[in-house]
Amino acid sequence: MSNVFIAFQDNEESRPVIEAIAADNTNAKVVHSPGMVKIDAPGRLTIKRETIEEITGRPYDLQAIHVNLVTLSGHIDEDDDQLTLSWKH
Amino acid sequence: MDTRVTKKKLGLKERYAAMTRGLGWETTYQPMDKVFPYDKYEGIKIHDWDKWEDPFRLTMDAYWKYQGEKEKKLYAVIEAFAQNNGQLGVTDARYINALKLFIQGVTPLEYYAHRGFAHVGRQFTGEGARVAAQMQSVDELRHYQTETHAISHYNKYFNGMHQSSHWFDRVWYLSVPKSFFEDAITGGPFEFLVAVSFSFEYVLTNLLFVPFMSGAAHNGDMSTVTFGFSAQSDESRHMTLGIECIKFLLEQDPANVPIVQKWIDKWFWRGYRLLTLVAMMQDYMLPKRVMSWKEAWEMYAEDNGGALFKDLARYGIREPAGWKQACEGKDHISHQAWNTFYNYNAAAPFHTWVPSEEEMQWLSEKYPDSFDKYYRPRLEYFREQQQAGNRFYNKTLPMLCTTCQIPMLFTEEGDPSQICYRDSDYLGNKYHFCSDHCKGIFDDEPEKYIQSWLPVHQIYQGNCFKPGTDPTAEGFDPLMAVLDYYEMNVGRDNFDFEGSEDQKNFAAWRGEALKGEAK
Repeated sequence: MSNVFIAFQDNEESRPVIEAIAADNTNAKVVHSPGMVKIDAPGRLTIKRETIEEITGRPYDLQAIHVNLVTLSGHIDEDDDQLTLSWKH
Repeated sequence: MDTRVTKKKLGLKERYAAMTRGLGWETTYQPMDKVFPYDKYEGIKIHDWDKWEDPFRLTMDAYWKYQGEKEKKLYAVIEAFAQNNGQLGVTDARYINALKLFIQGVTPLEYYAHRGFAHVGRQFTGEGARVAAQMQSVDELRHYQTETHAISHYNKYFNGMHQSSHWFDRVWYLSVPKSFFEDAITGGPFEFLVAVSFSFEYVLTNLLFVPFMSGAAHNGDMSTVTFGFSAQSDESRHMTLGIECIKFLLEQDPANVPIVQKWIDKWFWRGYRLLTLVAMMQDYMLPKRVMSWKEAWEMYAEDNGGALFKDLARYGIREPAGWKQACEGKDHISHQAWNTFYNYNAAAPFHTWVPSEEEMQWLSEKYPDSFDKYYRPRLEYFREQQQAGNRFYNKTLPMLCTTCQIPMLFTEEGDPSQICYRDSDYLGNKYHFCSDHCKGIFDDEPEKYIQSWLPVHQIYQGNCFKPGTDPTAEGFDPLMAVLDYYEMNVGRDNFDFEGSEDQKNFAAWRGEALKGEAK
């Protein structure tokens, strides 16, 4: 199965998002490089609004990930509660 | 106090539908095909534009909000960097030469992308595609501006940036990026999307903006890493546009598949050739290294691109022609390109150098199959000659590939000791190519590429001198006349880094900074 990935700028706003991804996707691999954090996962990766809100204790609009997003790979399925990246083939 | 409850009027999907559909209308007093003349002539068949959906479902209201936030963050960093004299904190003044290439060759492409998307944003009949293209057009203009603002700070202190717009239209190697985008924006609207949104943005831009920008962070250049990542954060949206446009085209009609495959073959190869500059920036121009070009290629092209083409196989799409050659090139292109610029550094407004022994050691480790065998001996010879006071500058001009416009510096598949050379005859003239793929692209549309403005041909035809220049005058030096036409500051913008004004100034400013004196 091919990997999907997503990368964020390495900063305070990204931290809860990365923590939430690691919590919700047990097979995700988090790699730190200068200035950025890249997360790889086989086939599929989901970002859940609820998990981010549990970590920060504040409401979170998933579209705010655009501010610190660096790059990604895979097909996107997004609604108000989750963003999923996947390769189905 | 009661807990605040956030209540949305519309969900993301409904909001996207409300803000991107119903914006168009069927024309009445002019036929639709006359109002939208471009979206049919390439042979692409679209049956239902409504199937086009932006997976991020970004609408204009959210777009302005988040882009505004990005701008505030970016300019906070750029300003802090300027106020702090951040340019003194970079690892080495050699690094600045990567920024010179950036402002000369990459930033103008953002402007071309802006123009291209503004054009297709007007030309598509479907509203969803138009909205996505318009947002990308605004993004690209933002990138052109933010890169110019960030790099203008360096322009106050270093050579090689002062005439970047003038150079883009004239200097020999800058015809490589320029011709790439001029080729793309003079294609039809769907070809433009496959070229730029898909082949370039989705398959290749990670190689430009991710490892190199991480390298900029590693070299103390917070200004560049911030504009780079801020641009790339838009790129992730552009990539979703790229993958959406491919899926959309392939799902609309099976007759679109062979047309799209041909474009993928062409634009993957053209993009790959363009990235030769980036390969060299990454392996030779970052004093502190994050990863080699070869490693970046394996991560972003082979793994990620491989996953993408495996996914697209269900539509009958295969890996681009040239994929195998491109993968083989990961061991060679950065070294071959650096050698060429080292040779022609009299005519290039940035500095080159022979890597230090420590850097060569790193290259040997990263390129165990190619560096020591093919490239180290040549660099060691250059170093020996330079130290003996015979720094080599090639004063003749290279032969260019008519398609990618890169000098004939690439080698044969399977034989890195043999320069690759191909040619074609068309209407009684001979045209020259660096590879089977560049020849194939020419042979498919010769009437387009015979119009190429090839800098070397133009120089030899006498078209690159300032008005009033007399080539018959005694002591006429054609190279100096061309550099005058470029408006290069000879002796400041060009030649070896060793002994350059950039090197001396940086060392002096650093020394003063250490002593705590004001500059």
